[in-house]
Amino acid sequence: MQNGSDLLWSDIMSEFDVASAAVQAALDAGATYADARVMQRRYESMVARNGEIEDLGQNGDAGVGVRALVGSGWGFFALPDLTDAAARTAGVTAAEIATASAQVSRGDIRLVESDPVTGSWANDIEVDPFEVSLADKGDLLAEATATMREHGADVAEGHYQIWETAKWFVSSDGHRINQRVREAGAGIMATAIGDGETQRRSYPAARGQYGTRGWELVRDLDLVGNAARVADEARALLSAPPCPSGETTLILGAEQMALQIHESVGHAIELDRILGWEAAYAGTSWLDLDQLGSLRYGSELMNITIDPTIPGALGSFGFDDEGTPAAGHDAVREGMWVGVLAGRDSASVAGLDYAGSVRCDGWARLPMVRMTNVGLEPGPHTLEEMIVATDDGIFMDTNRSWSIDDRRLNFQFGCEVGYEIKNGQLGRLLRNPTYTGIGPTFWRSMDMLSSETEPWGTPNCGKGQPGQIGHTGHPAAPARFRNVRVGVRA
Amino acid sequence: MRERDLATRVLEMAQRASPGAEIEATVDRHRLALTRFANSVIHQNVGEDTTVVRLRVHADGRTTAGSSTALDDTGLAALVKRTVEAVRIAPRDPGWPGLAPPADTGATPPVDAATAAASPADRAAVVRAFVDGAEGLETAGYCRTNHSSVAFANSAGQSVAGESTECGMAGIARQPLPDGIADGVARHAPRRLADLDGAALGARAAVKASASADPLELPPDRYEVVLESTAVADLLESLAAFGFNAKAVNDRRSFVRVGEAQFDPLITMVDDPLAAGLGFDTEGSPRQSLVLVDAGTTAGLTHDRRTAAEAGTESTGHGVGAGPWGPYARAAGFLSAGPPGPPASEVDGPAADASVAELLAGVERGVLVTDLWYTRVLDPRQLTVTGLTRNGVWLIEHGEITRPLRNFRFTQSYAQALMPGAVRGVGGTATQLPGDTYTASSPHWTAPALHLASWNFTGGASG
Repeated sequence: MQNGSDLLWSDIMSEFDVASAAVQAALDAGATYADARVMQRRYESMVARNGEIEDLGQNGDAGVGVRALVGSGWGFFALPDLTDAAARTAGVTAAEIATASAQVSRGDIRLVESDPVTGSWANDIEVDPFEVSLADKGDLLAEATATMREHGADVAEGHYQIWETAKWFVSSDGHRINQRVREAGAGIMATAIGDGETQRRSYPAARGQYGTRGWELVRDLDLVGNAARVADEARALLSAPPCPSGETTLILGAEQMALQIHESVGHAIELDRILGWEAAYAGTSWLDLDQLGSLRYGSELMNITIDPTIPGALGSFGFDDEGTPAAGHDAVREGMWVGVLAGRDSASVAGLDYAGSVRCDGWARLPMVRMTNVGLEPGPHTLEEMIVATDDGIFMDTNRSWSIDDRRLNFQFGCEVGYEIKNGQLGRLLRNPTYTGIGPTFWRSMDMLSSETEPWGTPNCGKGQPGQIGHTGHPAAPARFRNVRVGVRA
Repeated sequence: MRERDLATRVLEMAQRASPGAEIEATVDRHRLALTRFANSVIHQNVGEDTTVVRLRVHADGRTTAGSSTALDDTGLAALVKRTVEAVRIAPRDPGWPGLAPPADTGATPPVDAATAAASPADRAAVVRAFVDGAEGLETAGYCRTNHSSVAFANSAGQSVAGESTECGMAGIARQPLPDGIADGVARHAPRRLADLDGAALGARAAVKASASADPLELPPDRYEVVLESTAVADLLESLAAFGFNAKAVNDRRSFVRVGEAQFDPLITMVDDPLAAGLGFDTEGSPRQSLVLVDAGTTAGLTHDRRTAAEAGTESTGHGVGAGPWGPYARAAGFLSAGPPGPPASEVDGPAADASVAELLAGVERGVLVTDLWYTRVLDPRQLTVTGLTRNGVWLIEHGEITRPLRNFRFTQSYAQALMPGAVRGVGGTATQLPGDTYTASSPHWTAPALHLASWNFTGGASG
């Protein structure tokens, strides 16, 4: 077996054997259903600060995680060892844990039907990011951060992250799937420090832009070409007037719209939250399954899809981590709530007939309901048309802070930059722009939506205990909202 | 100890592959188990036994770090080979602070064998007790145990190893209301699983939930508050990450200035990592217990070797490994008003315990807050934070809890909330609370309740 840094794509059969052994061991120990994920992962990241490389890491791991259902209890156990013996130990232990779960249980657990798929999938990339030399990658970040410093950034930071994940999935229902997913992303951020406050600008976002793409994504960002502008804007923000307080017309840029979708739609339509499975930590949802199909979520311009098949988007895959083939479906259609993110067990509880949104953060973590690509279909307008059509309002973009309640209703988001809009034109730069609202009220106020959509990637979606980091995609375009409260201050 | 032998072996392999390089090898084994429950049943129940080998090499002014879970000869050789090869072509690292010199580490508590050996059935029993303690209300939460064995060796001669155990529980009880659900929470992170009283925690959560019926929506405004320990933990975490973190201070992104009276004299904040577990950090430096705030005066910062070199001082042993965060306290606490002693006694009603009830008595009109949620920093320079209340909020009038309130959104500078003159009381006892569960070894906080003069609630449940 190879460790995660030395993937051998030709070595498929042996990993399938490991996964099969784990599943069989769980069944032999009393499980009525079991599945196993063998994964080999490779990760590289670099951080630059003020023209120097501050951190470079190259990590690899490999292991097997087994999920077993015994009676009315689930169990999961993982080991970083791809031997037959370890696989069997993991399977047996998962079944033992499931047996303990039954000490505090109620009723049967059922899974919606899933065809026993045999298949494979890999995403296309142009430039393998692991084949780009470290020196070239370092030079890129060093030059970008040095340029920001030259243009007045007190702290200039840049980063990239790249991943390669090979998975082999086997279930007692007959699934046998292998996938290879490669992801990349990068970003830069300039911080300007003033008297008692800091301002920052980032490009293309503070977290960067990410996708199931190769180094071409990073190359096309042109970090160096945007560095001077970012630093200049950060300094300019220090002397800009504060965002006024009150209710106004708000236009959000596409990057902030991606965050808005992620927080106030994506998490709200997670079926495990709706069912109360995350009540103590991530929270629940304001959505009630009884209203699925009849609840108005937003205006008629609002069409949200769940689609893990979008080429290059960060939440794309061929099969989810329960073996369900990737397929798109609606979450909101013309403003009406019509769909959820679901897994095989949660869908069964809810009486739904589809799953496909279960993912795990590596072999050592339990698969759970996660966003894939949850995005807004493009509208009929352009950003320019929205500004021209606005007599008095504010344009905000690039997320700086995000906070939302445990039902995904009451949110307050801050952006890096704002501009006043007067008589159809962008006016003064505004600092510390924030806006707040209640999810459905906000979405129902959306009266213009741009066609200029982009698949933003979020590489840091936290959920679960132990914590898991998810990679999600959010096609988003600028949009206009009416009567929004802005300028919340301490 | 297998981990110590493995760390030494990896170090020697790397030294042979890169003679003269500065090298660190760390072996981290954690046996983590976490049992989650929701709707009063265990729905997620996981365990892992993972060993990770980390290697960091600095040669010719360049630094690279790598890790692997492959522990056989082939796997270790591959880790060494790719890390040593990578350092030759890595970008230059002029800020490299050098390796930790040989040094003894401080005494740490012994491993609790029962916690280390806790079975799924043991954790399920604690969950069962919580569920039963909630007296029929639906419950949700988790119970976790972890046993870590870590060894570190570097080419400067530092070689240390240690073990730690930890556990924690957090749970809510849920009271249905005509227009929603009211939750009550209880959390505890004692040193031993045997000290985790699921029944008491379930009962406490249930009392809070049951006392939340028919909540009033109070208009947003500045109110005097009593923050219970579960809410105070969020202040500690934010101060640790954004305030006393030397990287934030070096970058001038923190409000903290050592030697200045930035806090109310009632505030003394410490970090006691030795009480929490391992005696050394990710760079092999001895972890130091620090006084961060001494009776209102900022007294210390948390350093790793890089931030210490930048500031011309010594590491305090707060390195947390790779990533952008910098060195921050993971075992911080405010000292309680009273001497160390047994936990505060239970009281009737939604206040968490007698120490909270004592603080309430001094409030003419204010708000009792159980928990803070989804807090995010708007500006680190003022440590201005927005977030929401959660898991129980009540109106205090004339020293008494008079009625439940709906949740608020707040936008508040934590620095200003604790500044001189802003703290009217500190609870008589402190509670050990679990931090996040994103790492195998969870941070934990020691928090008393706080009575603060003002808290800026900027929105209500309806927006």
